[in-house]
Amino acid sequence: MTPFNINKIRSEFPILSEKAYGKPLVYFDNAASSQKPKVVIDALVDYYSTTNANVHRGVHFLSQKASAAFDAVREKVKTFINASSEREIIFVRGTTEAINLVASTYGRKNIGQGDEILISAMEHHSNIVPWQMLCEEKGAVLKVIPMNEKGELLMDQLPALLTDKTKFVSVVHISNSLGTMNPVKEVIRQAHAKGIPVLVDGAQSTAHEVIDVQDLDADFFTFSGHKILAPTGIGCLYGKLHLLEAMPPYQGGGEMISSVSFEKTTYNEVPFKFEAGTPNIADVIALGAAIDYWSQLDRKAACAWEKELLNYATKLISEIPTVRLIGTAAEKASVVSFVIEGVNAMDAGMFLDTKGIAVRTGHHCTEPVMQFFKIPGTLRASFMFYNTKEEIDALAENLTKAIALLQTHSVA
Amino acid sequence: MNTMLEIEKEILSDFELFDTWEEKYHYIIELGQKLGPLEDKYKIDEYKIKGCQSSVWLNGEERDGKLYFSADSDSTFVKGEIALLMMVLSGQTPEDVLDAKLEFIDALGLRQHIAVTRANGLASMIKQMKTYAFAMTSANK
Repeated sequence: MTPFNINKIRSEFPILSEKAYGKPLVYFDNAASSQKPKVVIDALVDYYSTTNANVHRGVHFLSQKASAAFDAVREKVKTFINASSEREIIFVRGTTEAINLVASTYGRKNIGQGDEILISAMEHHSNIVPWQMLCEEKGAVLKVIPMNEKGELLMDQLPALLTDKTKFVSVVHISNSLGTMNPVKEVIRQAHAKGIPVLVDGAQSTAHEVIDVQDLDADFFTFSGHKILAPTGIGCLYGKLHLLEAMPPYQGGGEMISSVSFEKTTYNEVPFKFEAGTPNIADVIALGAAIDYWSQLDRKAACAWEKELLNYATKLISEIPTVRLIGTAAEKASVVSFVIEGVNAMDAGMFLDTKGIAVRTGHHCTEPVMQFFKIPGTLRASFMFYNTKEEIDALAENLTKAIALLQTHSVA
Repeated sequence: MNTMLEIEKEILSDFELFDTWEEKYHYIIELGQKLGPLEDKYKIDEYKIKGCQSSVWLNGEERDGKLYFSADSDSTFVKGEIALLMMVLSGQTPEDVLDAKLEFIDALGLRQHIAVTRANGLASMIKQMKTYAFAMTSANK
């Protein structure tokens, strides 16, 4: 049973009817980047065809048109993640830049020698390295919430990890390599009880969950446009207004200033204080088109369909002999990560590629997760609401073929 | 022993039989599966070329003025790539290995199928093979 019109949805994504090596494209690398609906592609073309001009500067027709379209998107993002003010939305290149921004501004100002920053065992490198750089600069200490063999955070250890020295917590909402959905609301509740602010890395979750930053009570929340049907090069940082206002600026330049003289510069208000230079106008406007797409989509039905795809794929793939799933948390979203005994993940991924099936192989920018499971990497199939069970059948069937070809030793 | 260019030509004429990426993939996997074993004593860090998604262990030895390679990898496809390189370079004089241009690699039409990081992996293998050749020519001087 298809809970919504999957054929109609697929027809809205031009790339899904493309072929790979003459075979129907099966795209299971959605956790790396989503495909784009025609409305998003059209928004980009339309912007450059009818609207292109710099924003917030010109007195002329096009500049005003571009500015209005650009400004409207901040309001759309506000509604999309339920922020309380559009001033809490800062346009950045993506989650990586958002986290670096917080580490470089809030972090530099508020974290000092001997302080502790708490992250989790399943962070993407982009939620590890910026904090390590800050720790190195300030003499602070990076602490890690551990996980179990299923890839679930050991929440019973959290109270002891939130110490008097903990000054910041940064955790991933949904793990890109394991699919685990973390109980971030509970992490935030416990951190707030001790007065510690929390950043939630929503790079994976924003496509698979309806985000409500006020309900989460997140102090910062980040997402990347290209993982939620929008173009590459655009993303958002949400921050509570009082925190953003107290933070020093990130980069210096145009737009972020109120007035400049050689003696003194005063900074513009939030959010402009954090948006130096000409913004990524076209991609912001296309992000707006992506959010419009999400708004007309039956999100509940889409989530239910993705859950069905995940359960179906989990069953089919785990039934293949010699396959071992990596990441078997009770709460999961849209990712099946696995290893095959005696088969190199890249070899199997390339085999699937010859059949037109796109999966990811390797460590998925989460080397500590691979170290925890003592594996060099996994094969990862990640789903979006536009995928089908027939595509999963093709994946399972070709995985069996890949194993028959590549398995180098007999497995008991 | 044929000259390197003759061997390269033979490989290319084999590849001309393949129309698709799938056929090329299967051929390279077959070469990888047929690649002779590498003695365990060489499967240590000293002989390792670390890549992003696979590891390669490579040894070069001199016999009668010629250079002979043996290698292994945790990836069968990478073993196949090494096998291709060894078909051309193994058993040649170190001078010839150093001079080898290996232009056939581009003509195989594989580069579009392997990510840049992997193309670099192939380059590291060639570099390591030439390092063995350089060490040998220096020692012989």
